[in-house]
Amino acid sequence: MMNWKIKKNSMMKNKIVLLISALLILISGNLVAQGPEGVEMADAMRANGKIYVVVAVVAIVFAVITVYLISIDRKLRKLEKEAGK
Amino acid sequence: MKRHWWKALGVIIIFYTIIQGFLGEVPHYFILNETIRNMYFHVTMWFAMIILMLASVIYSVKHLSSGSRISDLKAKELALTGVVLSIAGLLTGSLWAKYTWGAFWVNDAKLNGAAVTFLIYLAYFILRNSVEDEQKKGRLAAVYNIFAFVMMIVFLGILPRMTDSLHPGNGGNPGFDQYDLDARMQMVFRPAVIGWTLIAVWVTTLKIRYHQLLWKKEEMNDELEN
Repeated sequence: MMNWKIKKNSMMKNKIVLLISALLILISGNLVAQGPEGVEMADAMRANGKIYVVVAVVAIVFAVITVYLISIDRKLRKLEKEAGK
Repeated sequence: MKRHWWKALGVIIIFYTIIQGFLGEVPHYFILNETIRNMYFHVTMWFAMIILMLASVIYSVKHLSSGSRISDLKAKELALTGVVLSIAGLLTGSLWAKYTWGAFWVNDAKLNGAAVTFLIYLAYFILRNSVEDEQKKGRLAAVYNIFAFVMMIVFLGILPRMTDSLHPGNGGNPGFDQYDLDARMQMVFRPAVIGWTLIAVWVTTLKIRYHQLLWKKEEMNDELEN
């Protein structure tokens, strides 16, 4: 029973690792992508790298929201367990 | 952990959307410029909202056929999250319109349709709150919800296509998906819709569980009183 549970957990971890690797592979395409010129785009912002700061900020904001959601989820589960008794 | 995989999936997809949405290549168009990236954030709000409203209607029909209280709760909370998404859609759309169409609000079939949809769903909650009897409330709300969903499809999907609209794909305007939204953008846009929907469903389940706990508390109080 114990072993089975550990196996389930590691399978879950494997799946998350797989998902994150897929994410990195999909993003890595940006390193070679280049479009035609003529229309004003934020290329300069991308060239000096500053856009990454914005991406990081937005990602952190979303990470914080996610952590908050998880904490609410956990609190609810605790209450549900108590109410189930 | 096994039951929560879809939450992790939603979070990872949104991270992908944020990173790829800002850094990925997009087609170059005049006036739109970089704002075409709003496809990943503004348009997805509406897509997620429509998916949630569809789920809400399904639970309303379930409630009508079974009379189960939990179906009514699910229908209500899904519609509520849908309304939150539509507020986000209206605000972001208004800002996008300012910089591409020149005003925060233009007299456009789709914009007015979106506003009407928002009001129709507000009326759903007013109706809910104005009926005291639980069973009557559930049934009335479920019937109204079906009406509201049909009206939403009419106002967002049909009417803008019959008149002139600034939105792509409406009134003779070519849709984004015809040539604007190329394969690279689809690679972000489609997952983004799924991601935002999953996050919205997650938030909705939290609210549903909260209300179920409240029910349990009421039951316990009733038992104590008896």
